[in-house]
Amino acid sequence: MAEKIIEFKHVSKSFDGKNVLNDINLYVNKGEFLTLLGPSGCGKTTMLRMIAGFLEPDEGELLLDGKPLVGIPPHERPLNTVFQRYALFPHLDVYDNIAFGLKLKKVPQDEIDKRVRRVLKLVAMSDYEDRDVDTLSGGQQQRIAIARAIVNQPKVLLLDEPLAALDLKMRKDMQIELKEMHKKLGITFIYVTHDQEEALTLSDTIVVLNEGKIQQIGTPTDIYNEPVNCFVADFIGESNILKGRMTGKRRVAFIKHEFDCVDDFDLDEKVDVVVRPEDIYFTTDPAKCQFKAKVNTCTFKGVHYEMWVDTDTGYELMIQDYDPYPVGTEVMLYIDPDDIQVMKKERTCNTLHGTVKDAETVTLLDADFPLPNEFEAGTKVKVEIPFEAIDLMDNLDDGFLDGEVHSILYMGNHYHLTVKTEDGDFLWVDTNDIWDKGDLVGIRFKAGEGIKITKEDE
Amino acid sequence: MSKRSNWSIPYVVFLVLFVVLPLVLVLLYAFQDGMGHFTFKNIGKFFTDRDALSTFAVSVEVALENTAICILLGYPAAWILSNKKYNRSAVTIILFIMPMWINALMRTLATAQLFTMLGITLGKGTLLFGMVYDYLPFMIYPIYNVLNKMDKSYAEAAVDLGATPWKAFWKVTVPLSMPGVMSGVLMVFMPTVSTFAISEFLTNNKIKLFGTIIQENINSSSWNYGAALAFIMLIIIGITSLFQKDKDQAEGALI
Repeated sequence: MAEKIIEFKHVSKSFDGKNVLNDINLYVNKGEFLTLLGPSGCGKTTMLRMIAGFLEPDEGELLLDGKPLVGIPPHERPLNTVFQRYALFPHLDVYDNIAFGLKLKKVPQDEIDKRVRRVLKLVAMSDYEDRDVDTLSGGQQQRIAIARAIVNQPKVLLLDEPLAALDLKMRKDMQIELKEMHKKLGITFIYVTHDQEEALTLSDTIVVLNEGKIQQIGTPTDIYNEPVNCFVADFIGESNILKGRMTGKRRVAFIKHEFDCVDDFDLDEKVDVVVRPEDIYFTTDPAKCQFKAKVNTCTFKGVHYEMWVDTDTGYELMIQDYDPYPVGTEVMLYIDPDDIQVMKKERTCNTLHGTVKDAETVTLLDADFPLPNEFEAGTKVKVEIPFEAIDLMDNLDDGFLDGEVHSILYMGNHYHLTVKTEDGDFLWVDTNDIWDKGDLVGIRFKAGEGIKITKEDE
Repeated sequence: MSKRSNWSIPYVVFLVLFVVLPLVLVLLYAFQDGMGHFTFKNIGKFFTDRDALSTFAVSVEVALENTAICILLGYPAAWILSNKKYNRSAVTIILFIMPMWINALMRTLATAQLFTMLGITLGKGTLLFGMVYDYLPFMIYPIYNVLNKMDKSYAEAAVDLGATPWKAFWKVTVPLSMPGVMSGVLMVFMPTVSTFAISEFLTNNKIKLFGTIIQENINSSSWNYGAALAFIMLIIIGITSLFQKDKDQAEGALI
């Protein structure tokens, strides 16, 4: 049974009224390499700084070895950090940088010497003791920063995007070295990154974060093969994300075809389906063929070819294969049941709460929308708006509410957008139009088209 | 010669007329007697002139004291200004810098009036007060600049490695802000050595500074001796600034 070293219990934090962490529950096992992964602003760095002691949670508990950490100042916590831009002290040489923590703890000089030499050897920087830190390359500074942290024998080593500033080749080398160092030292590593590949390479456990919430916790293979929602599927690796519907026991329909799958949901339940591009296979055997498609583009990517195909039912899919198929070729394709990841839909429509203004207008999200209804003015109502019933306008004046395109998901034949309103509320929109992340849009509702207005039950 | 380099001509002319030429004149006068013959007598006179030597000593002493007080007052002020936790608006910074917008002479005169009104005897104390008042912004600004630009992760790294916030300040923040302090010293120490207006107004000429004797000599038409004293002062200031140059350039502390 693994021992828990760090534990988050219902931790929340907000800055200036904006929620950065929302009820985080997480434990880190002793000796594991855990990665906090997510896009910028997801709260991963906030969590790391909380463990280091530079931030305190607004709510909830943070434990180290079962004892509360909150209230203990950072300099008394037996943890050390490798900072994003290293933060090596430019006025000290390599030796003094590494010895900094030991000198503060009044460790005897000969012991300091011994320990500094040992960590320098560990990071393969043995002859650099007397060098000024600004004469070192990025990779070398990185090693010294790691040495400076581990020389103090922390219970947990915190790493804040430590490889972000290095070039690709160096980053790959350092990844391998970090992994080896972790094995040799046996210290718990908590690693923050937005680079999914880095997370998959390094970690024992990955914690995927988005918008201050934990999306999924699991081993790299779990996270890759069995993402729990569209966000994780899209963020980790390449994927085809598609709308689906359960048509029977372990049968799912998507791209207007039916497939066997290994996940069980209720009959007729609407689901999201993820198929990795390397899991769609070409075949010449008509008996194996599940659907046909035409190759649309084919690009060489080094190890494999990346192809976009148009299915006979009008969907676009990405396929990765070692063999290229010329553009225009009619191909037969199949997918193994194991490779179809069926996910519960997080939502099937937008649910908003508002007030009826008059027979033609409902106030939602502090804006007045023309929505014919049969309720009295002032009635509190719940409005359910299908994803397709929202129109996004180029011209902000054409909308009743302004928003910004927050994220985009391609669903094979349409885009699924997350739109963030001025007040920070989210709306989800299905559209065929091409938008870019960050575009400002006017928001309208297509009255009638499946929009349901019901009286709020008190 | 390309056309663009012609643009520098006005500046070259300006520098020659108003910087190089006066310096050459100072040099010429310093090494001439009243009749225009070359001599070392003026320079020699300074080293035997007890009055001038003791004034020089007083000047350096006052300048050192002024600089020390400015560091002691200015560093904490700059630190507080650069710290987002204590200072959230630019207004405070402007308030600190604003005295620089008003002519130093006017401020000094006003200060003298204030002291007289309050019945405080003019002397060393009022002199130092006036100097600190005049020169403090010149100390705060470069230190503030360095502290403000300094990556906060240095101090955080120190704390992370086990230093108390106080130790992190002394072992990391202070050493890393030295370029700013050096700039401040340069901008406070050198002008105080040569100032004469402040001592004239704030001590009623009871305390004479080196600048004062230069002014007196020029006023009483002993141009050659005055020039020699100015030359000596230039050399001394030159030496101090040379001494601090490389450290300064490393961090570009001045604005």
